[in-house]
Amino acid sequence: MATFQLELVSPEKLLLSRQVEMAVIPAAEGEMGVLPGHAPMIVTLRGGVIQVTENGQVTDRLFVGGGFAEVTPERCTVLADEATPVAELSRAEAETRIREAEASYAAAAGESPERQDAAMERLLSARAMLQAAQAA
Amino acid sequence: MPSLKALRGRINSVKSTRKITQAMKMVAAAKLRRAQSQAEQARPYAERMARMLASLGASVAGSPSAPPLLVGTGRDQVHLLVVVTADRGLAGPFNTNVGRFARNRIRALEAEGKTVKVLSVGRKGASYLKREFPRQIVGEISFMGKKRIGFEDAATVAERITAMLEAGEFDVCTLIYNRFQSVITQVATAQRLIPAPLPEAEAASTGPQALYEYEPAEEEILATLLPRNLAIQVYRALLENNAGFYGSQMNAMDNATRNAGEMINKLTLNYNRTRQANITKELIEIISGAEAV
Repeated sequence: MATFQLELVSPEKLLLSRQVEMAVIPAAEGEMGVLPGHAPMIVTLRGGVIQVTENGQVTDRLFVGGGFAEVTPERCTVLADEATPVAELSRAEAETRIREAEASYAAAAGESPERQDAAMERLLSARAMLQAAQAA
Repeated sequence: MPSLKALRGRINSVKSTRKITQAMKMVAAAKLRRAQSQAEQARPYAERMARMLASLGASVAGSPSAPPLLVGTGRDQVHLLVVVTADRGLAGPFNTNVGRFARNRIRALEAEGKTVKVLSVGRKGASYLKREFPRQIVGEISFMGKKRIGFEDAATVAERITAMLEAGEFDVCTLIYNRFQSVITQVATAQRLIPAPLPEAEAASTGPQALYEYEPAEEEILATLLPRNLAIQVYRALLENNAGFYGSQMNAMDNATRNAGEMINKLTLNYNRTRQANITKELIEIISGAEAV
């Protein structure tokens, strides 16, 4: 089956770079499946799980905390704020993160809408992390 | 002529200095390797970020609603210099170089009648700049005691810069740091952060550019991408600074070790000569004493 190059990079390092058949990425406006020959796109990501398919099977599941993705017909580059394999997620950490995010969201209540949005996004990302940790 | 005992003492003290500088050189070499690989690992992200920014920026830069992080405030009056130095010394001219570079820059800008503000990152630069420009310093950040510089550290610096921009505290932001060219050369460099210099990718790639679809709209993506880009630039500067620091320290310690070796040789020669002179003198005394009898 046809493949394309999937690259997953975080600021600290290149996490993944290989030929895959399909990747499902958590775009800001809904999950997005990327197959070879996808129309060129630039999307923002929310917190969620990237699912990698090779040879008709899901081979990798990685949690990303948000970021961007650039899709071209022969390549898909994901710039993640942070990325961890789902199997390595810890539920306790996700829960502390939710608490922190809730606190910062409450603190941002009186501030500018941008700040509130940013806090909200952090909270959603933390919740997605917990969900992914529970599913694993 | 110094006594034999004093010479012996000096030889010993220089020997122990050499041991210390040698050990520091080894440590710096090991840390340099780690810092270098960290800097290399951060490169792919920065490259891809630049590519994305190039295609996005080109389509938004012309519009009047372009975010200030991209195009600045449109004025050129207040300059913010972010000066990155190391937290420690004993690294040869590493910190002084950045300091001098920043000083010249500040003087030049002030001569043009601009207002200059300085945000200092790193302890060594802060103490130097505070002495020279106590009025211009608006803040200092230090990562003293951190084992490893993470992306979050760079993000806090970037947030500080963004907050200052939103408060209208400056018009142009420039980052000054030591670029890591090789282990023996670090070049003090100024890099403009705001307004963001658009990489000239669109000019270089002559082929038909792929037209991207954006989801959500370009402006919204840019609004999240630009702060990120700022953080990445700062992160890169911090890493290069770190790698450069260890390179410079290794070099300085290598020189110090060599100098100590030379000094030991000289002192030993001196010591032996003095010893021989003493023996000769004693012999003469004995002989002339015996003749007199």
